[in-house]
Amino acid sequence: MDTAQIEYLEETARKIRGLTLRAIGSVGSGHVGGCMSIVELVTVLYFAAMNIDPSRPGMPGRDRLVLSKGHAGPTVYSALALKGYFPLSELETLNKPMTRLPSHCDMNKTPGIDMTAGSLGQGLSCAVGMALAARMNGGAEYIYAIIGDGESQEGQIWEAGMAAAHYRLDNLIVFMDYNKLQIDGTVDEVMTLMDPVEKWKAFGFHVLEVDGHDLSSIVRTIQLARNRKGKPVMIILHTIKGRGISFAEKAGVDSHSMKVSPEQVETAMKELGWDTLWNQ
Amino acid sequence: MESVKEMRQVLGDCIVDAMKKDSRVVLIDADLGKPNGTFSARAVFPGRCFDVGVAEQNMAAVAAGMAAYGQVPIINTFASFATRRICDQVAVSICYAGRNVKIIGTDPGIAAELNGGTHMAVEDIGVMRSIPNILIFEPCDTVELGKGFAAAMEYDGPVYMRMYRKKVEELHDESYVFGLLKADVLKEGKDVTLVCSGIMVAEAVRAGLMLEEAGVEAEIINIHTVKPVDEAALATSARKTGAMVTCENHNVLGGLRAAVAEVVTRRCPVPVIPVGIQNVNGEVGVLPYLLKRFQLTASDIMQAAMVAMEMKNDRACHCKN
Ligand SMILES: Cc1ncc(C[n+]2csc(CCOP(=O)(O)OP(=O)(O)O)c2C)c(N)n1
Ligand SMILES: [Mg+2]
Repeated sequence: MDTAQIEYLEETARKIRGLTLRAIGSVGSGHVGGCMSIVELVTVLYFAAMNIDPSRPGMPGRDRLVLSKGHAGPTVYSALALKGYFPLSELETLNKPMTRLPSHCDMNKTPGIDMTAGSLGQGLSCAVGMALAARMNGGAEYIYAIIGDGESQEGQIWEAGMAAAHYRLDNLIVFMDYNKLQIDGTVDEVMTLMDPVEKWKAFGFHVLEVDGHDLSSIVRTIQLARNRKGKPVMIILHTIKGRGISFAEKAGVDSHSMKVSPEQVETAMKELGWDTLWNQ
Repeated sequence: MESVKEMRQVLGDCIVDAMKKDSRVVLIDADLGKPNGTFSARAVFPGRCFDVGVAEQNMAAVAAGMAAYGQVPIINTFASFATRRICDQVAVSICYAGRNVKIIGTDPGIAAELNGGTHMAVEDIGVMRSIPNILIFEPCDTVELGKGFAAAMEYDGPVYMRMYRKKVEELHDESYVFGLLKADVLKEGKDVTLVCSGIMVAEAVRAGLMLEEAGVEAEIINIHTVKPVDEAALATSARKTGAMVTCENHNVLGGLRAAVAEVVTRRCPVPVIPVGIQNVNGEVGVLPYLLKRFQLTASDIMQAAMVAMEMKNDRACHCKN
């Protein structure tokens, strides 16, 4: 990747981060922590990896993303709006009456969303189903899925993993947002995953690890993942919950679902260099 | 009057009380201890509180195992996950096995508010009510929660308790005499019966006042325990008023309306007009908006009461609706 591309992705990530916080701020509360930890990943997926066309959300053969940790919907909505699926101004309708943008992803409401989620653990199975269907139909597309580390405590995650390896779904690329936090505490305090790298290896996955906030590493890792054949890929994304929004990062575990005031949004926008970002 | 405490704070206190009273009581969370107010028990009884993480099915069956050993487990998550997600574990390991497990499901129906449609259990009562051997309880305020929770803990058998998490309108005071299997007549009347539960009790009480202004004497019955339902109370009121409206924060299929209809069709057939979620999915929003959107407000109840009374008065209309 050349520096211009990286700069473009870096700017895009800042925009997605800001748009997401503003949308949540317009409601007054939301899942800030888990939205912010996947900003870089979502940026790379939508702006450097996925084969998609905003003018044709239902394009056959498109790559698909299942946001299994569905509570981070607002981050994906920001990417979709920035990509051109719907106007940026629509982001402010988040969770308002009759919105097309509910907290948790809904494939029947939002252009560009390919699977409904919200009940943790189910999305990865849905992604396995998509990957099976894609292969059955001779499709060359990739199916991406994002799961949470707390979500990984659901038994269904491991049922889905077993099936993905059994059917050698090398068109399936899964990301685990390893922010080490959930609601009742750290993942290790609540219910440890022990060593997720070893676990996923034992489950028959190619496992890669990456700094989830390093854009060029994410780009490279996804390229690597696409070229691995014969097995599904699990990318463990080392992240920080609330990343890039200082009050949320500081809140740590309490950033999961938090109140957001207009003043906090304003301060965060200054930190992101919001005005200069759009004036170039 | 708005309650001083949130329902979830009271729930936390109730659990600590229950653990003090009975050393067999244990608590199992599934990563919603903080949002549901049960987290506070950990400071008091650290050795008797567990958190299985985001793993509700495991939570339910672990509880069944502890109950088989002799503990009295309380398990806790959102209503959607406490019912449909763990339905088989509840049916087999808890109810079929006859284990004394208390299941708490918070923010049922539209009470899930900003978590949106995927989190709105509009079918939780339907799911649980059709499983043999379970009692279903839903408090409408913090006083009823306190008394009902204590009674549910004393009851020997599986209980599902669905409840709103936040502040509520306080409809009872401490003089309230609670009976777990006894429906409460909140107001007597002769023209129509409003049968209600949970967050809909406050709406029904408001509807009662509006009806009174229109010259209608509504009887209001709070069904805090929808299973086993107080058949005598329902039959007596049906006989007295001859017209009923059910008011529930649940699908009109399988919940309170079904429970009431099952009783009156056998014991005293009268029209039963349902106010509830009309067999559609929930959607994201805040409570006042959602009450209107799903036609669950006091004025919707009042209109339904008018229809019920019209049907009662017009014998030729028996087959209408
Ligand atoms: C089946 C299910 N159980 C519980 C919840 C409530 N819930 C939403 S997010 C969450 C914690 C998830 O933690 P994690 O996967 O680590 O999310 P992140 O840190 O990425 O925000 C819980 C318990 C849910 N949505 N679905
Ligand atoms: Mg996490």
